[in-house]
Amino acid sequence: MSEATLNTATEAKNPVSGLRRIIMMIGLMRESPAGMVGAFLVSFWVLVAIFAPLISPFEPNATLVPFMKPGAVNPDGGTFWLGTDHIGRDILSRIIWGSRTVLFYAPLATFCAYVLGIVMGLVAGYYRGWIDDVLSRIGDMILSFPVLVLYIIIISTVGASGLNIVIAIVFASGPGIMRIVRGLVLDLRNRDYVAAAQTRGESAWRIMLVEILPNARGPLIVDACLRMGYVIINIGVLGFLGLGLPPPDPDWGGMINETRQMALIFPHMTVIPCIAISTLILGFNLLADGMRDISLRD
Amino acid sequence: MAEQSNEVVLNIQNLDISYYTRAGEIPAVVDFSLEVKRGETIGLVGESGCGKSTVAMAIMQYMGHNGAVKSGTIEFKGRDLTKLSEEELRQIRGKEISMIYQEPFSALNPSMRIDQQLMEVPLAHEQIDVKEAHERARQILTDVNIPDPDRVLASYPHQLSGGQQQRVVIAMGLLSNPDLLLLDEPTTALDVTVEAGIVKLIANISKKFGTSQIYISHNLGLILETCDRVFVMYSGEVVEEGRIKPLFKSPRHPYTHGLFGCIALPTADKTAAPLTPIRGQLPLPHERPKGCNFAPRCDHFAAGVCDQDDIHMEDVADDVDGKHRVRCLRWTEIEQIRAEADQSKEAAGIGHEVLKVIDMQKYYSMHDRSLKAVMSGTSVKLVKANEKIDFEAHESETLAIVGESGCGKSTLAKVLLGLETATGGEIFLNGEAIHDVSVQSRSNSQLASMQMVFQNPSDTLNPSHTVGQQIGRAITKFGVEHNRHKVRDMVMSLLDIVKLPRDFYYRRPRQLSGGQKQRIGIARAFAGQPSMIIADEPVSALDVSVAAAITELLMDLQRERKMTLLFISHDLSIVRYLSDRILVMYLGQVMEQGLTREVFQPPYHPYTEALLSAVPIADPEVSKREIVLEGNLPSVLNPPKGCPFETRCPRKVGKICEEDRPPVQSDSENHHIACHIPLDELRQVEPVIEVPDAAVA
Repeated sequence: MSEATLNTATEAKNPVSGLRRIIMMIGLMRESPAGMVGAFLVSFWVLVAIFAPLISPFEPNATLVPFMKPGAVNPDGGTFWLGTDHIGRDILSRIIWGSRTVLFYAPLATFCAYVLGIVMGLVAGYYRGWIDDVLSRIGDMILSFPVLVLYIIIISTVGASGLNIVIAIVFASGPGIMRIVRGLVLDLRNRDYVAAAQTRGESAWRIMLVEILPNARGPLIVDACLRMGYVIINIGVLGFLGLGLPPPDPDWGGMINETRQMALIFPHMTVIPCIAISTLILGFNLLADGMRDISLRD
Repeated sequence: MAEQSNEVVLNIQNLDISYYTRAGEIPAVVDFSLEVKRGETIGLVGESGCGKSTVAMAIMQYMGHNGAVKSGTIEFKGRDLTKLSEEELRQIRGKEISMIYQEPFSALNPSMRIDQQLMEVPLAHEQIDVKEAHERARQILTDVNIPDPDRVLASYPHQLSGGQQQRVVIAMGLLSNPDLLLLDEPTTALDVTVEAGIVKLIANISKKFGTSQIYISHNLGLILETCDRVFVMYSGEVVEEGRIKPLFKSPRHPYTHGLFGCIALPTADKTAAPLTPIRGQLPLPHERPKGCNFAPRCDHFAAGVCDQDDIHMEDVADDVDGKHRVRCLRWTEIEQIRAEADQSKEAAGIGHEVLKVIDMQKYYSMHDRSLKAVMSGTSVKLVKANEKIDFEAHESETLAIVGESGCGKSTLAKVLLGLETATGGEIFLNGEAIHDVSVQSRSNSQLASMQMVFQNPSDTLNPSHTVGQQIGRAITKFGVEHNRHKVRDMVMSLLDIVKLPRDFYYRRPRQLSGGQKQRIGIARAFAGQPSMIIADEPVSALDVSVAAAITELLMDLQRERKMTLLFISHDLSIVRYLSDRILVMYLGQVMEQGLTREVFQPPYHPYTEALLSAVPIADPEVSKREIVLEGNLPSVLNPPKGCPFETRCPRKVGKICEEDRPPVQSDSENHHIACHIPLDELRQVEPVIEVPDAAVA
């Protein structure tokens, strides 16, 4: 009468370990060409950031020969493969070191925004009622500001620093994430397994974090990838507006800002950091597309 | 049933259908032959995955991008549908062949009025003007017994009830006067009393319109009520075909036998003649065994015979009753082997009182924020989800709560579990008052002693956690055990109890079948040694053979552990089979309660009478009085003032039913009926179900 044979002695191992799952993910990614390109672009920049000290040909802040075209040779040895800027810093080295900045602050800011958005979304969606009304209206208020205006107000009030950029981004994207999480929770909270947890007498936080949140992960991972792209744009924009990281440390947005007046005469100074930003954003967007493709397939 | 001519409308010969997926070619239907004469109704019956819907899709030539007819012909009125162009098919679909689907609310366009949707059919297929089309639409609604067709024509789908929607969908299918109507589980989404009306309508269609029908269902009882001939399918093949009565009386194929053993016929009994589930599982299409597909699950399997070549249909009889064919090599021998061992099980003695509910009420308040309601001071409305519920349950007893959707049975379960607290009245569990103790403030032992088994297998387990984690959590939460190794051992023994292999510990829900998930749900509910289990339609979403296994599992567990089972269901045949006492609810109130045999015999409450009549019974020997309820379930927001059943009651006395709450009359110590009709008069009513050898409990 049982649906499978009784098998009392089997002590099977966990069939899918963490590492195996990552490998499986990559294997699945192969079925989405867009996702593959995205994964390649992102991992390229991640590797560049990790190995920055090894692969960067010059000190990123060292003043060498100004206004060199790409491929020009440094009289003291070495080649400026991507040229130098108006005060003689090697652009390739600055791009390489700049990737560290962006790949540190963008994930950090996205992560913090997610922590805030998930907590707010879980609470609003699970409890409903007045707490949902209050949180949702606060979120609506923040979302009704143009993001850029919001950034400028925040940064110009508290001053430009890495930490403040993170705070500004968390403040501006938290409500958007809250909305997504809230929507997912509204659906998931009616599942029978949530009712089963309630009849077990589980605490509300355990139900939210252990029973509901893991089942919302699919759409959230895709959104996190997309959002990472927007955050990179925003960090770039802040840098461009002079509200980014304080000089002289390399920052892609700041590089565009510093050289934009010379863009017509020395286009490489502006175009190269632009390309860096675009490829990284493109990478994250394609990666998100790919993950969506995979999750839609069964 | 209807007048039949010998004209063959549909002739399918040796049809093979395959789906082409990444995993390769998957044969969905193999060697399928079928002849439908004009006016004839054919039943296709089988469990999910047997290919019955694929056949319907093939007839419509609508198989999606990855399905294709591999070989064979589908001749419809002399033309082979597999060879027609898309344009020619478009002319046939909806005009000459119509299809009716399971869920009426997704078959109708929510943004179009009913008249527009109905008129589309003749306007698309015939050269007629709008006025005539409207007249046709109105006529067809009258034909499918819709009261007040003009109001329905001017309505949007959401303004109609489920039963009316399905009538509209059927009307739409009949509108172009098709030669063939395909019905794919047309009543599965409906309540039983509504279903009974639709089934009656379907059974009359061929008589009225001369339409041939193919009726797809997993429910043998419905097939018996509607069809002339039946095809039993298993794993992509027809295993048995024949005229309905001879086949139901003496099924030949072991699978057909198995199906009948799985359903709670009036002759089944939980101790004397328990259900006999088919062991094993349906093989996946690409893992079908060599030879007979049913061989691994068959009690009559003979090595060297059944596992050799493909098996073809053999004639059992070809006489006045028509053909009876079976796909089994050993059908002649099986008949002799059939004398079975005694399978009876020991009855459990009913013990002390576990649960006592006294005058329990649960009201919800609804806020009407319209200006009119606020001005008139009626902005808060009370929804009486449960009104004056009164019952008790004992150790080792199965108490069934029966009623259709909206009758308040789920609210009752919520209140018992503490997910909601009662508005009034008292509830005692093992002597402790729990009516005002919400789930957060219940002690671990209170939580553990009452647990729930849910309806929907796909929803009952958390897809993110392994089976072991989910059962283990219940064990630690109830404070039964905290040591990790001991918890693990306990989970393993719970898996043994629900008859699943131990390596399921590491599986995730998506790797399990529906029946397996339901078993895990039961194991989880048993983690804290409960004294009471609430099972909310635990088998209604499962296939018959799986449902039988789960039912028997619950019964075995009850016998072993003496727990009280509160079984919530709308299906009176399963309720009759497993329950000791029954509570019949309608619109939040108890209409009748009593021991099972008392409820199934007169005196009946008129609603119980209608419910009994509505349940399809797959036994041609059993005769049933037909009672079809008119009208719809009233809204709980605006219930009738007097008796809740007054609006649909075929035995309504008069004014008194509309004005006054019916008194509760006691027929015996346990049997109570809430009705204005005097008990003596109710005792005169003939039994609804007549079983020939009256010696059935």
